[in-house]
Amino acid sequence: MRTDLSPRLRVALYGLMCVLLIPFVFPTWWMITSSVKPISDIFAFPPDLWPRRFDFSTYSRVFELQPFAQQYWNSAYIAAIVTAGTMVVSSMAGYAFARIKFPFSNAIFMIVLLGLLIPSEVTIVPLFQMFLGWGMINTHWPLILVPIFGAPSVFATFVMRQFFIALPGELEEAARVDGLGRFKIFWTIALPLAKPALGAVAIFTFLHSWNLYLEPIVFLSSTHMFTLPQALTQFTDAYGGAMWNIQLAAATMTAIPVLLVFIVAQKQFVEGLAHTGLKG
Amino acid sequence: MTDHSAANQKRPFWTIARKDAAAGYLFIAPQLLGIITFVLIPLGLVFYYSMHEWNVLANTFTFVGDANYQMLLRDPNLPPVLLASAIFSAGLVVLNLSLALLLAVLLDQKLKGIVVFRTLFFSPVVVSLVAWTIVWSFLLQANGGINGILAVFGIEGPNWLRTPTTAMISVVVVQVFKNVGLNMILFLAALQGVPKELYEAARVDGASPFKQFRRITLPMISPTILLTSIITIVGSLQVFAQIAILTKGGPGVSTTVLVYYLYQQAFQFNFFGYGSTLSILLFLIVAVLTFIQWQMRKRIVFYEN
Repeated sequence: MRTDLSPRLRVALYGLMCVLLIPFVFPTWWMITSSVKPISDIFAFPPDLWPRRFDFSTYSRVFELQPFAQQYWNSAYIAAIVTAGTMVVSSMAGYAFARIKFPFSNAIFMIVLLGLLIPSEVTIVPLFQMFLGWGMINTHWPLILVPIFGAPSVFATFVMRQFFIALPGELEEAARVDGLGRFKIFWTIALPLAKPALGAVAIFTFLHSWNLYLEPIVFLSSTHMFTLPQALTQFTDAYGGAMWNIQLAAATMTAIPVLLVFIVAQKQFVEGLAHTGLKG
Repeated sequence: MTDHSAANQKRPFWTIARKDAAAGYLFIAPQLLGIITFVLIPLGLVFYYSMHEWNVLANTFTFVGDANYQMLLRDPNLPPVLLASAIFSAGLVVLNLSLALLLAVLLDQKLKGIVVFRTLFFSPVVVSLVAWTIVWSFLLQANGGINGILAVFGIEGPNWLRTPTTAMISVVVVQVFKNVGLNMILFLAALQGVPKELYEAARVDGASPFKQFRRITLPMISPTILLTSIITIVGSLQVFAQIAILTKGGPGVSTTVLVYYLYQQAFQFNFFGYGSTLSILLFLIVAVLTFIQWQMRKRIVFYEN
């Protein structure tokens, strides 16, 4: 559809895109600016696109009301472990399903793919009972083990398999003739070539873990164990009303680091995901 | 016997094929054991629980056969819950895919600074889901930002999250803007993969841009349309955080989708048996929808690699 456009059409397209951008960009803007408004200005009329008064104490209040640093650390370390773990599990499984001949590999692959059909929501009740039996309720284990080994990692394995299937096999064959073992071949030849797919897997695994909401509220009960999504909903006053500016300050702190990483590395993000989609 | 041992000496047990098979099983073991432990066994347990009456307070667990399923059929909340799920999923898929396609076509134009637009349209995908939902909840309050802006133009906006129709529209729209960037990128990649010669040939034949889009673009990207619609529908059935934060399923049960209903029954009212029955229903719906779409690919998808 790429054609050279007339100047008038060009202006029209820019205009259309700017209008369409509003619901994508304005909420983030509103989140940041409202997080530094005093509570009395939060519902001011007409709405202040730029705060008329600043109140930065909202940010310190976040840490007074919740063990927010601890919760931040919980989310960050869980997401890091889940991302690293999923990359290991899914690249190994994806490689084996794509490259190694072993009995029943197709049947086993079909069984693994069932994970795509059975989202964690379906199995949340027995998962809760299982982890209760193992004494792992109100620990981070369910949030680490299930994503790495369970249903959420299946998509990653699928992506890795599609990538390894498309990879030309000559290098590996040469290495096998030289007598290299499977693990050596995987580690020194196949894996380094799989960086784009691994990057995509890392991105969506991290985001999935960072956004997890149902699982934390089912498995965790004490404030200092909470992850960020769960913590964000806890900023209410004694009457259960939302403390909007403080809540939005916490939301800003949750959203902005990931957003900055994305803006810096947007090319890898977008191309990595597009790549996944093409292969999937 | 001697022959046998001689053969053994010539061909050691660990042939390359056997080594490979062992390596293969070793490589898939973590994933397979994980699927068995965290997907297949729980799925079996869900089915087992669904045939039991489970009273957490009295700590009793009694076999009741199909009583939970009977209850499911008689549950007066179930039709509205299924209707809400259907409206939510249908609205989400239609809005998401058409907006994604529109944005992808726009981003596929030769314009300066297009990468900036691509980045901004995609940005909500990386904003924490709960943070995004909280801001929208704030914007959609009766005296919130959206009604404030409407009031500047003399329009009195509704109480978005407290009116059944606008509550449903709100949860759909919030979810669309959050995730449409993903489908947009997949569509953009697909558009860029359409061979340019096809368009040139069509232009020579005098086909209008609209006709080119219908007759060339849509068929050529149909595999991506199928893929994104499967991902989006299955994803729409899992929506939970948005409902929990924006409407808590209300007003009434107007935005109580199946996953939220399941959560309420199992974890708020401790009806684990009935919650498991709802899980089975959710599983069947996901399975049937995926199967139908998979079958449809033969009909609607133009080509497959």
